[in-house]
Amino acid sequence: MVRFENVGLRYGMGPEILRDLSFSIEPRSFQFLTGPSGAGKTTLLRLILLSLRPTRGLIGLFGHDVSRLDKDTLTGLRRRMGVVFQDFRLLDHLTLYENVALPLRVQGKDESSYRAEVTEFLRWVGLGERIHAFPPVLSGGEKQRAAIARALIVKPDLLLADEPTGNLDPSLARRLLRLFMELNRLGTAVVIATHDIALMDQHDDARRLVLGEGRLHIYE
Amino acid sequence: MRAARILLAIKTRRDERRAHGGAMPLVPAASISGRALVTVIAIMTFLAGLTAGAAQLVASASSDWRSSVATEITIQVRPVGGRPVDPDVARAAGLARATEGVESVRAYTREESERLLEPWLGTGLAFDELPIPRLIVVKLKDGQTADLAGLRKALSDQVRNAVLDDHRVWVQRLATMAQTIVVIALCVLALVLVATALAVAFATRGAMAGNRDIIEVLHFVGASDGYIADEFQSHFLRLGFEGGALGGGAAVLFFIVARAATAAWTATPGGDQIEALFGSFALGWAGYLSVVVVAIFTALLTGLVSRGTVRRTLRTIA
Repeated sequence: MVRFENVGLRYGMGPEILRDLSFSIEPRSFQFLTGPSGAGKTTLLRLILLSLRPTRGLIGLFGHDVSRLDKDTLTGLRRRMGVVFQDFRLLDHLTLYENVALPLRVQGKDESSYRAEVTEFLRWVGLGERIHAFPPVLSGGEKQRAAIARALIVKPDLLLADEPTGNLDPSLARRLLRLFMELNRLGTAVVIATHDIALMDQHDDARRLVLGEGRLHIYE
Repeated sequence: MRAARILLAIKTRRDERRAHGGAMPLVPAASISGRALVTVIAIMTFLAGLTAGAAQLVASASSDWRSSVATEITIQVRPVGGRPVDPDVARAAGLARATEGVESVRAYTREESERLLEPWLGTGLAFDELPIPRLIVVKLKDGQTADLAGLRKALSDQVRNAVLDDHRVWVQRLATMAQTIVVIALCVLALVLVATALAVAFATRGAMAGNRDIIEVLHFVGASDGYIADEFQSHFLRLGFEGGALGGGAAVLFFIVARAATAAWTATPGGDQIEALFGSFALGWAGYLSVVVVAIFTALLTGLVSRGTVRRTLRTIA
């Protein structure tokens, strides 16, 4: 599903911040991406998300070499991925319902075809009563759950989540982890970037990708 | 106060939603930068519209000056050797009437000719002893070329003391002056249009700067570049047309009011002077059309600049 071969990244003429990354993410797999703050977890997620280009090496995504793809194909690949940002990135002028429906709307789908599904997703993440609320009046946890619902609404093949439980209390964090695990059982590969050891300990079976000093260590 | 603000926000969002056929626009319509952009577009369109209309006004006024002078010629008959001048005047007028392209001929009487000199020589003088030339005013038909060369030759053959003055020197001077004024007006219009384009382009880019987050989110949730560019372009095009309509409408209103005001001042010395210079401020359909074209130009420019900015932003994301 995702394949990195000797990938390196540097900004401008600076030192390489990621070096010789070689790994793959298989379909239906579950992994935590961890490491100290500033180790490059978000940068690695951005490489997978195609919002950064490597300075060397090869990235394969869903069987394609991404360096050879045109923009339309890249958009198609991006639609197979769901992403939860650390800072939520909800649009403040849209209601929660409209934010969660956004990935379907930009694909040109008719609202009547997804209305029930979006409402159901919002209930699933515990926001059924706040469908018409706007993000500025929500708590951090509510925003986080809305961002997760938005990432999952397209039933992605690959879910990338950057510190998804960073703003949540431990019980809500456990609940969301169970949600990710359930999604994984339904067939979505999951990558969760976190430095929350307690969270990782709740899913011992998950693979751990540990970033340190620009290199990646994998613990199966 | 807070409740009023919330109610206003709800109403604004409801209006935006209604304008989009039920779905909330992806680009917030009522942002502060959006309002500022509409204001900039309206002001620049108003100024550009005024300049375009004024250029049109000056062009048509200069054309009127030229045509009114060019459609009239004068024949001057000088008294010679103490013999009566009336037969010569009648003969010269007859020759003028017989010339092709002449609409009317009016020979000034002796009394009328003397009256023409009164402003310079005063009243109560005996003109009998003075060899006062007599004037014949010949009006030419519009849109036809009169055979002035033939008339000049006929006069020199048959009425040797008659001189034809076709005002050519004056017409040439007026034409040069009018062309210069029109060229200056067009240069000013070009400068104002360039200034409008730059002001609108920079204001649009400024308004777009606050929307980078929206562009990024749309990109990451799977929107194609074309979809994002279309959303922003249509939003900014709408702002452009809003500002263009306000500014263009104000410019049109200005010319309508100016025309009504000059009509009200007619027959006053100031009003006559303004009318002599600019006509009756009657812009004509071409003038109003130029204002509308300027408004459409600024609106299209706003949409295009926003599209370009979105494309540039997307290139920096991926």
